[in-house]
Amino acid sequence: MIVILAKSGLQLLLLLLVAPLVTGIIRTLKARLQTRRGPGILQPYRDLFKLLRKGMVIPDTASWIFSAAPYMVFVTATLVGLMIPMIATDAPLSLFGGVLAVIYLLALGRFFLALGGLDTGSSFGGLGSSREMTISAIAEPAMMLAIFTVALGANSTNLSEMARSAVSQSWRFLAPSQMLAFSGLFIVLIAETGRIPVDNPATHLELTMIHEAMILEYSGPYLALLEWGASIKQLVLMTLLVNTFFPFSLSPNWTVSGLGLGLLFYLLKLLLLACCIVLVETTNAKMRLFRVPELLAVAFILGALALISTFIF
Amino acid sequence: MSQIFISQAFLGGMILYAAGGLFGLIAARQRNLVRIVACALAALGAVLEGVASITVIRDVHETVISIPSGTFFLPFTFRLDPLSSYFNLALAVVGLAVSIYSFGYLKGFDSRKPVGVFCFFYCLLLISMTAVFTAANAVVFLISWELMALAAYFLVSFDHERDETRRAGTLFFIMSHAGTGALLVAFLLLGTWAGSLDFSAFHIASQTLTPVLRGSLFLLFFLGFGVKAGMIPVHVWLPAAHPAAPSNVSALMSAILIKTGIYGIMRVSFDLLGIPPLWWGLLVLAAGTASAILGVLYALIEPDLKRMLAYSTIENSGIILMALGAAMVFRSYDRPVLAAVALAACLFHIFNHAVFKSLLFLSAGAVVHATETRNMERLGGLIRRMPLTALCFLVGAIAISGLPPLNGFVSEWLTYQALLGGFGSTLSLTRIVFPIAGSLLALTGALAAACFVRAFGIGFLALPRSSQASHAHEAHPSMLVGMGALATLCIALGLGATLWIPFLDPLVNQLVSIKVSGSLVLASGVVLSSGSPKGGTVAPAVLAGALVLLTLLPGVLLAVWWRRGHRGPGPTWDCGLPGLTEVNEYTATAFSKPLRMIFAAFYQPRREIQTEFEVSAYYPTSVRFESGVEHAFETHLYSPLKERILARASRLRAIQAGSIHAYLAYIFITLILLLLFGVRS
Repeated sequence: MIVILAKSGLQLLLLLLVAPLVTGIIRTLKARLQTRRGPGILQPYRDLFKLLRKGMVIPDTASWIFSAAPYMVFVTATLVGLMIPMIATDAPLSLFGGVLAVIYLLALGRFFLALGGLDTGSSFGGLGSSREMTISAIAEPAMMLAIFTVALGANSTNLSEMARSAVSQSWRFLAPSQMLAFSGLFIVLIAETGRIPVDNPATHLELTMIHEAMILEYSGPYLALLEWGASIKQLVLMTLLVNTFFPFSLSPNWTVSGLGLGLLFYLLKLLLLACCIVLVETTNAKMRLFRVPELLAVAFILGALALISTFIF
Repeated sequence: MSQIFISQAFLGGMILYAAGGLFGLIAARQRNLVRIVACALAALGAVLEGVASITVIRDVHETVISIPSGTFFLPFTFRLDPLSSYFNLALAVVGLAVSIYSFGYLKGFDSRKPVGVFCFFYCLLLISMTAVFTAANAVVFLISWELMALAAYFLVSFDHERDETRRAGTLFFIMSHAGTGALLVAFLLLGTWAGSLDFSAFHIASQTLTPVLRGSLFLLFFLGFGVKAGMIPVHVWLPAAHPAAPSNVSALMSAILIKTGIYGIMRVSFDLLGIPPLWWGLLVLAAGTASAILGVLYALIEPDLKRMLAYSTIENSGIILMALGAAMVFRSYDRPVLAAVALAACLFHIFNHAVFKSLLFLSAGAVVHATETRNMERLGGLIRRMPLTALCFLVGAIAISGLPPLNGFVSEWLTYQALLGGFGSTLSLTRIVFPIAGSLLALTGALAAACFVRAFGIGFLALPRSSQASHAHEAHPSMLVGMGALATLCIALGLGATLWIPFLDPLVNQLVSIKVSGSLVLASGVVLSSGSPKGGTVAPAVLAGALVLLTLLPGVLLAVWWRRGHRGPGPTWDCGLPGLTEVNEYTATAFSKPLRMIFAAFYQPRREIQTEFEVSAYYPTSVRFESGVEHAFETHLYSPLKERILARASRLRAIQAGSIHAYLAYIFITLILLLLFGVRS
């Protein structure tokens, strides 16, 4: 019990600290690729710090759901973070929920976020909620197929088991099924974290925004929680991707040296994935909303091919 | 001792139901008295039935109760085995909550409405459903089945002044009888083969059936029961009938009446017809998947709150059938452990759906009662006027969307595990079916979440969209008690899933002769596992605890960092217009628009805009907007069928000339033919 709490505390700290960093790195890299200076890697921390101290305005049409949503988003994202192996193969809470619980907990956060968007009574909130639920709904089967491929390979939906089985055969990521599943999940990652070409995290243009439209009425500490929750969710999904497909150097136990090495490699892997995301973001234009289903259909087909290729290879 | 106790409780419950119904007829004029006494008797009856069912399942006491019938050729025999008691328990739980709710709900009936008659049919529905679940021979089963359909018909048509309601009632009646026709043929065929109409005789006789006969019997049963289960494409009656009925009846119908079909399919394919061949399971799985997806797609675009819930019932029926189909496939592959896991998922979801769907219908009933409209576009802002009803609806919405840590999540999780396990059950190409079904289940789940965000967000949040909604009032206390009990049960079944699974052991054991709780519940007692040694695990209670604990983190953060006094209400950003009103809000139709466009091939949406203007099209004087979708099954399957039947029927008019002589002749000829037939055989 105490061991679990200690591990959770450590991973929680890592989660809370690394998440804004990843957002900052992605923003800076993107700026550099577009030959801008950009605000600096630590800007997200400054933003959070500032927002947490600001006052806030609650729309007078809103009910308690509006206030509950930021908490739910933040809490579900952090809980999910504790169920995913980050630097050691056995995640603190992996016994209490596997990959299915991860997906459904994130859905719980999204459920409340979408309600929060609708609660304001403005068209923007409803518009954002509607689009968010739509895109997540059509991303879901693709995500599940890709994850099933991995889970069936590992014979488990428990994330620590999956990581352990992947560590034991470290070149497995070269198998066609794994590569196909990875590509499928990468597309889903782009969609779920609201990145170009699906959504643009830097825009407040009513025709295009999705996530930003939902949180338009939030300000101050609530906005901080939402932003922080979103970056934690992004970190969690990125971790899921790097650690289930490329589990090198995941520490098999919670010793200091193992964790140190694990952390180093983990950050490196994240950096690589962040570079991929940045490349995708800079080389693509934002899609029209109704082109997104086609993109996600590609992800679904990749997932299905991954599954079928497990028969062949 | 125990058997006597069980039969006393069971019969006592039935008698109390009957007493409630008869009292309704006798004291029909004393509206208040009838309401209180009949509801109390029904609630007490439900308690007794619940006690009897729990005892049967817990002590695994199969109890046979036989009431000799003077005139019929078979006695009224009821057999309470774990399977029938489980369904009876679900009925008792929902029946209790609905009866308590009805205290307050019936009070709101128009004074011209016959409350006594309503109570009579309500109690008749309870009795007949209990009898359907526990019938031990085909005659009792069919009689109860017909009584159930009849009681449900009268309850659906209760608001018969409306055209729409009458049509819904008729449609229900016709579809129900088409189903019963299939069942009748199947039972008679089986009865002739077995030489008896007793269920236990069927079980023995099924081992000697030829594959063709066995297959066609299954198809007949599947069709007949599928109609009641709301399976697509024989679902058409459901979205018409459930919203038309008074809300307490809708709850009972969606939660339990649907389950009589599921019960029938389970009874037939696991008991009466022996071990199923592979294609039965695959057929059930395919039908379940189709119902789940199409059901939720229809639910998504429905602006009528109750009709949306009815479509969502089709979806959940589909999920149950998916798990059931998987269990049948595993059984034919001789994989008892997997079959047991799939059955546990199926049984769990049956109970869960009964609880959260009745909760949602009761909450919707409270809303309709308070606002007199079922149209989501005219609701809104109810969370302020009716906070407790809104809370109950929210709990139901989270549960039905399969979100942790509530009960819907646990049963869907088990379904996923069963489907994933199915991939390893065989080496043939068939196994690809399971992950595909799993991903479609994921799509269903996500669409259901979108559907209930829409229902709750549009119906309960933000500004009221009509004057009725802005003058809504909180429901009667007894209605809140009924809903609150079900909402608590949603939470309890989710958090206490590991305690509930062992309760399913006797049922699973009865159906596939293996116990499942040992491998599903890990030693610590809070962790639910997928049944295989290193498979998936989940602990809803721990997740809930962790969610609460983690809430402390932002709570403390805000308390420390945030300077107090800076929080204040302000208007929502209105783009500089003078104030935000309800017309600025996003509508339910708009909310589902992206999905309507993405699935346009399925919906075939159409829209008509007529603009009238005087000077320029940019300054219209009036705009008329109409949009809709095509209900493919109604237009392409049922309408042509109806046309054809009516055309044939009009030809039959020739022999119905209205002449009494001709009719006498018909009777005479029929009599002669029957006599000849009788003499010959």
